[in-house]
Amino acid sequence: MATTTENTQHLEVPKKRKKKVPTEVSIFLVLIGIALLFEILGWAIRGDSFLMNPRRLLIMILQVSIIGIIAIGVTQVIITGGIDLSSGSVLALTAIVTASFAQQSDYLRAVYPALTDLPWFIPLIVGLLVGALAGLVNGALIAFAVIPPFIATLGMMVSARGMARAYTDGQPVSMLSDQFTWIGSGANPVIIFLAVAVFFHIALKYTRYGKYTYAIGANPQAARVSGINVRRHLVMVYTIAGLLAGLAGVVASARAGTGQAGMGLMYELDAIAAAVIGGTSLAGGVGRIAGTVIGAMILGVMLSGFTFLGVDAYYQDIVKGAIIVAAVVIDQYRQRKRNKTT
Amino acid sequence: MATMTAETLTSESCDVEYLLEVVEARKTFPGVVALDNVQLKIRPGSVHALMGENGAGKSTLMKIIAGVYIPDQGEVRLHGRPLTLNGPLDALEAGIAMIHQELNLMPYMTIAENIWIRREPLNVFGMVNHGKMHQMTETLFERLGIDMDPDMEVRHLTVAGRQMVEIAKAVSYESDVLIMDEPTSALTDREVEHLFRIINDLRAQGKGIIYITHKMDEVFEIADDISVFRDGQFIHAAPASELTSDKIIQLMVGREVTQMFPKEEVPIGEVVLSVKDLALDGVFQQVNFEVRAGEILGIAGLVGSGRTNVAETLFGVTPATSGTIAIDGQETIITSPHQAMLRGLALLTEDRKETGLFLGLSVIENMEMAVLRDGYTKGPFVEQGRLDHECDTMNELLRVKTPSLDERIGNLSGGNQQKVLIGRWLMTQPRILILDEPTRGIDVGAKAEIHKLISKLAGQGVAVIMISSELPEVLGMSDRIMVMHEGKATGFLDRGEANQVNIMELASAPVQPPVAHD
Repeated sequence: MATTTENTQHLEVPKKRKKKVPTEVSIFLVLIGIALLFEILGWAIRGDSFLMNPRRLLIMILQVSIIGIIAIGVTQVIITGGIDLSSGSVLALTAIVTASFAQQSDYLRAVYPALTDLPWFIPLIVGLLVGALAGLVNGALIAFAVIPPFIATLGMMVSARGMARAYTDGQPVSMLSDQFTWIGSGANPVIIFLAVAVFFHIALKYTRYGKYTYAIGANPQAARVSGINVRRHLVMVYTIAGLLAGLAGVVASARAGTGQAGMGLMYELDAIAAAVIGGTSLAGGVGRIAGTVIGAMILGVMLSGFTFLGVDAYYQDIVKGAIIVAAVVIDQYRQRKRNKTT
Repeated sequence: MATMTAETLTSESCDVEYLLEVVEARKTFPGVVALDNVQLKIRPGSVHALMGENGAGKSTLMKIIAGVYIPDQGEVRLHGRPLTLNGPLDALEAGIAMIHQELNLMPYMTIAENIWIRREPLNVFGMVNHGKMHQMTETLFERLGIDMDPDMEVRHLTVAGRQMVEIAKAVSYESDVLIMDEPTSALTDREVEHLFRIINDLRAQGKGIIYITHKMDEVFEIADDISVFRDGQFIHAAPASELTSDKIIQLMVGREVTQMFPKEEVPIGEVVLSVKDLALDGVFQQVNFEVRAGEILGIAGLVGSGRTNVAETLFGVTPATSGTIAIDGQETIITSPHQAMLRGLALLTEDRKETGLFLGLSVIENMEMAVLRDGYTKGPFVEQGRLDHECDTMNELLRVKTPSLDERIGNLSGGNQQKVLIGRWLMTQPRILILDEPTRGIDVGAKAEIHKLISKLAGQGVAVIMISSELPEVLGMSDRIMVMHEGKATGFLDRGEANQVNIMELASAPVQPPVAHD
C-alpha cells in the first residue's frame, strides 16, 4: 500500500463549473407558498380570490417598490458587513426637499416662490443629491472616522428626520407639478424599482464594484491586502445606499403628491428585513439583489394578504416580526451547515 | 449524568489493553466521505501521533473522539467500554479533553476563571469563591510546572501562555485522554520544550495523549506510537521506533517525495529591491537589505522578532515611519498595498484566515481578487471569461485540488487554500514576491510543491523574500538569510555558511553570542 508511485496524483478533477440551486429559488418558492396560502384562506374565510384581483396586486407591488428601492441599497451595505438605519429618514428628508423644488406656480405659499414650475428633472436631481450626500456622510464617518455603521447611521437616522422637520417647520410641502407627480403615477414606481434592481444585480455580479463589495464583506483585511481601497469603496457603497434612499424619496413624494417629514417611518427596518428574508447574511459577504426583491415581495404579499383577510394591523406586525426572526434563524442554520463541511 | 461518568472514570477495568479505541469509524458529509473504516488505539501512558496530509481525516477523527461529530458508523471505546457522545460536554465528562487549534478562551476573564468556568467553587452565599479558585489554580499550576498568575486576564498572555492555560484546563478535568491539535505551531523553541516537559509528566501519570502535528522532528522526539492517515482512510500504525521520517512521508503521501527543498541554482541578476534604515516606530529599526532578481532572501527569527512587520511595511500595510525603499535603484514611497502592487510587489500574508482568505467566497473569487484592479476589465465590467480561463490555467499549474472553481474556498484543505492564495499573487505577475510562512500548517506533499514553485519563480527572475519559522525550510530554500531579533536585523548568512546553530544564535542573543553548549 505504500509504494504506489506518481500515478496517484489528484489531477482527475472535473473542471466544469457546476451550478447549484440558488438560494433565490427556494425563497421564491416560499413567496409562492405564502401567496397560495392567502388564496386558500381567502376562499375559506371571505369566499373571494386573493390573487385574481389586478387592482390589489398593483397596489401591493406599488407598496413594495418604495421599500424595494431602499432595500437594494441596504442589501449592498449589508453585504459589506455594515448596516444602514438611516434610509427611512433620508427618504423623508429627500421627499420634502424634492417637493419644495417641484411646486406649482399657482400655489401662493410655495417654499421657493421663485423656483416653481421647474422641469421634472430638477427636483429629481436635487433629491438624488440630497440622498447621496446623506450616504456620503454615513460612509465617511464609517470609513474615515471608523465609527461602527450601526452608530453612524443611527445618528443619521435621527438627524435626517430632524432636518426634514426643520426644513419647513414640520409643514407638508404640497401642490406639486403634474410633470413631477408623473414620476410616481401609474406603474412608474414599479418600473423604476425593477430597473434599479436589474442595474444593481448586474453591477454586483459582473463588475469590479460588485466583486469588491463581496470581498470587503467576506474579509476586510484580506481585501485591503489584495490592493482594494477599502475605505473609498465603503464610502461609495454607503453613498449609493443614500442615493437610492433619495430616489425612493423622490418616487414617494411624486406618488403622494406631497413631501412630508413623517414619510418613510420605519422603512429602514422593512428594507433590512427584505434583504435578510432574501438571503443576505448580516455577517457580510453573502447576498443578492434578486433575493432582496423577492424578500420585499414577501413582505408586500403578507401586508396585502392580512389586510385582505381583515387581520388587525397589530397582529400583522407580530407576524412580520416573527418572519424576520425566522429568516435570520434559517440564515444561521445555513451558515452552520456550510461550516460543517470544512 | 455527572455521577455516571464519574463512575466510569474510577472503575478502571483492569485487563483493558487500550485506554481509548476507535473502531471502524465512518463519517460522511454531503458529497464527501471524510472518514471510512478508521481505527485508532491509544495505550495508557503514551503519546500517540497522528500523521497525515491536510484533508486526510485527522481533524474529523479528533472531532468524533471529542464528541463534536457523531460518527455514521463505528464506535469509540474508553477503557474498553463503548461511549455514546452527544456533544463535547459528554466527552469532557467522560474524560476526553481537546486542546483546540484555535484557542477557545475568554480574553477578558482571568486565567483562573477560564479554567474553572462552569465549575467555580462557591462560598456559603452561592457566590464564586475567588480565593479558593486562585488556590486551586496554583495547585494545578504547581503540578504542571507552570508559572503564571492565576488572576491575570487571558488577553495579556502570549499564544504559548494561552496554550498552557488550555492544557491546565484539560488536566483540571482529570481527563484520561488529551487531544492536542498542532500545539506547537505558534510556539518558540523554549516554549515547545516546556510543553514537552508537561506532556512527559502527563504520560508518566498514565494519560493518553493524541498529538497531531506536521513537524516530523517533533514526532520522533515526543511520540511513542504513530498512526498514519490518508484520504480519510487508516493507513498504518506502529511504534515510533519502527518508523523513519521518510517512511512516514511515504505512507502519508502514498508515493515517494523525492525532494523536500528542490532549490535550483539560478543566475542572480540586478538588485531589484533595496531597503535602507527602514523603521516602524516601536516595532523594528535600522533594517537594511537588498534582494536581487532570481534571489531568494530568507528571513529567520523568532515569532515577534519583527519579521512579519518588515514584510507588511514593505507592502504598505503599515507604512514605514522612516528609512527608504528603492526599487530598481529608484527611491519610492509605499503607503498602501495598492501602491505596493503598482510597483510590482506581492505579499502572501502570514495568517491565511485573518488576512488572506475570503472564506465565504468561491475559489475563483479568491484567486481573481488582486488582479481586478489592472486589466481584466472592460469599462466597469469584469472580463469574467478571460479571468475564468486564467484562473483555470493557474489552477492547473498549481494543481489545486478542488471540485470546481465555484467551490467555496472554506471547503478546501489548508494546502489547497494556500495554493489558491499563491495563485492570486502570481496572477499579478510580481517582480518582488514576499512570502510570509508560505507553508505553515500545510501537508508535506503540498509543501514540496510550493517549494518547487518558489524555486521556479526565482528562476524566472522574480526576487523572493521568504519568511519562515521552520529552519529547514529557510536553510533549504534561501540564497541568503537575514536573521532578526527584537526588531533588528542581527546578521546575514550565505547559503553555504548558514546552519541551524548560527541562525538560532543570531535569532536569540544578538549582542553577545551565547557560550557554545556541548
